[in-house]
Amino acid sequence: MTRLKFCLPILVVLLWQLLSMLGLLPYYRLPSPLEIALGVKSLLTEGLPPGYLLYRHALESLFRVFCGFTIAACLGFPLGILMGWSETLRTLLRPFIEVLRPIPPLAWIPIAIIWFGIGIESAAFIIFLGAFFPILLNTVSGVLTVDVRLVEATKVLGAKERHILLKVLAPGSLPSMWTGLRIGLGIAWMTLVAAEFTGVKSGYGLGYLIMVARDIQRPDLVIAGMMTIGIIGYGLDELLRGGQRRLLKWL
Amino acid sequence: MELLLRLTNVCKEFTPVEGENVLAVQDVDLAVGEGEFLSIIGPSGCGKTTLLRIIAGLDRPSRGDVAFANGQNSQDATPTIGLVFQEFALLPWRTVLGNIEFGLEIRGVKKGTRRDKALEYLKIIELEGFENKYPKELSGGMKQRVAIARALICNPKILLMDEPFASLDAQTRFNMQKFLLRIWDKTHKTILFVTHNVDEAVFLSQKIVVLSERPGRIAATICIEMPYPRDVNEPDFARFRKKVFEYVQTT
Repeated sequence: MTRLKFCLPILVVLLWQLLSMLGLLPYYRLPSPLEIALGVKSLLTEGLPPGYLLYRHALESLFRVFCGFTIAACLGFPLGILMGWSETLRTLLRPFIEVLRPIPPLAWIPIAIIWFGIGIESAAFIIFLGAFFPILLNTVSGVLTVDVRLVEATKVLGAKERHILLKVLAPGSLPSMWTGLRIGLGIAWMTLVAAEFTGVKSGYGLGYLIMVARDIQRPDLVIAGMMTIGIIGYGLDELLRGGQRRLLKWL
Repeated sequence: MELLLRLTNVCKEFTPVEGENVLAVQDVDLAVGEGEFLSIIGPSGCGKTTLLRIIAGLDRPSRGDVAFANGQNSQDATPTIGLVFQEFALLPWRTVLGNIEFGLEIRGVKKGTRRDKALEYLKIIELEGFENKYPKELSGGMKQRVAIARALICNPKILLMDEPFASLDAQTRFNMQKFLLRIWDKTHKTILFVTHNVDEAVFLSQKIVVLSERPGRIAATICIEMPYPRDVNEPDFARFRKKVFEYVQTT
């Protein structure tokens, strides 16, 4: 089955290369896989702009995501548990969430720059906004699905509210919260690259790299940058899935 | 026999979202002796579970009084009560041992001490070797044993059981009944057992309280004067079963 997974992609790439070699796909529209591979190689060895190597772009982007995502998880999980636990808190906070949630993180860029200036703070803030709501809302719904009998059973055993929060609702909402983390991380990653397009430039970052490649009209490097984004995003999700398998083996 | 628990004129009314109040339990007077095995039997929806929840402190009586012999009130002193649900209500993210030691953990008992104690109870419930299994890996009967151990480890004054074997197949159910009698013999706990199965009640109990249809009232109290272990094929057993049946049917 694992081998089957790679069959179609390999076939598509071969076909793509064939079409390019037959002259059916012009370079300026869609470079061939070989040209893109060479583009990746030049990004790895020479860098773009020259000297700015690919791994530094990737690390810089990852660091921004890490900051924003960590803050989102550290706030979203506890707040989600509290909101799942207290109906009053849910009712109080719902209007804010309902109105803030539909605003795309990118629409926050101008205000983020006014508040934090250009740099890691505003990047982290925008990523935080992208990741926070999925984590929060999935945690809330996770708490709400915890079987009320578990709460009653532990209450009879002598559990106080803090025990119920920490030892019943928190672990009980973990599966759903983990789904929120995966969605949140995906959104964070997408948000970051888009944010690097527009506001948050500092010479490094995959989004920035793609913009530079566009400016010098190198579609092979643009696509090479896009591939890097895709592969890293996939890797991050695999990481969380691995954590899920270990942490949620009781499911 | 010393008195352990007394219910005086206990009534419970529920207020539904729409419509009139529903009287679930009416004027129940009940005395439970220390070390007694008492069953409450009655048709579905007669308020058996409600009565048990009131004793456990999960619901408050609308009128009347629930008092333990030592002056404790179940509404504020739950640790003296063990409750076993039909649906087991084990914490799925905890192993067998983790579930059993839960009550000690929230009382702040040290890790080593509570581990030893939990292993001791694992032996009592005849599940040695299963300490690191998760609930999903256990059969229904095993889960219920773990739930019983989890309740007993807190050394409750009384063990409340709400149709604990109703979801088990006939063979497992019979094994669990014999198992429960062994536990009762070993621990001398007071057991209040709710069931709708006449055979089960006659096989297990010293005393059977028959509740009427809603609103639940005590229709009869029958003492089963038969030595343990009981044999379902004995004429005495048939006689008591018939007697209880008569009351159950006329209510």
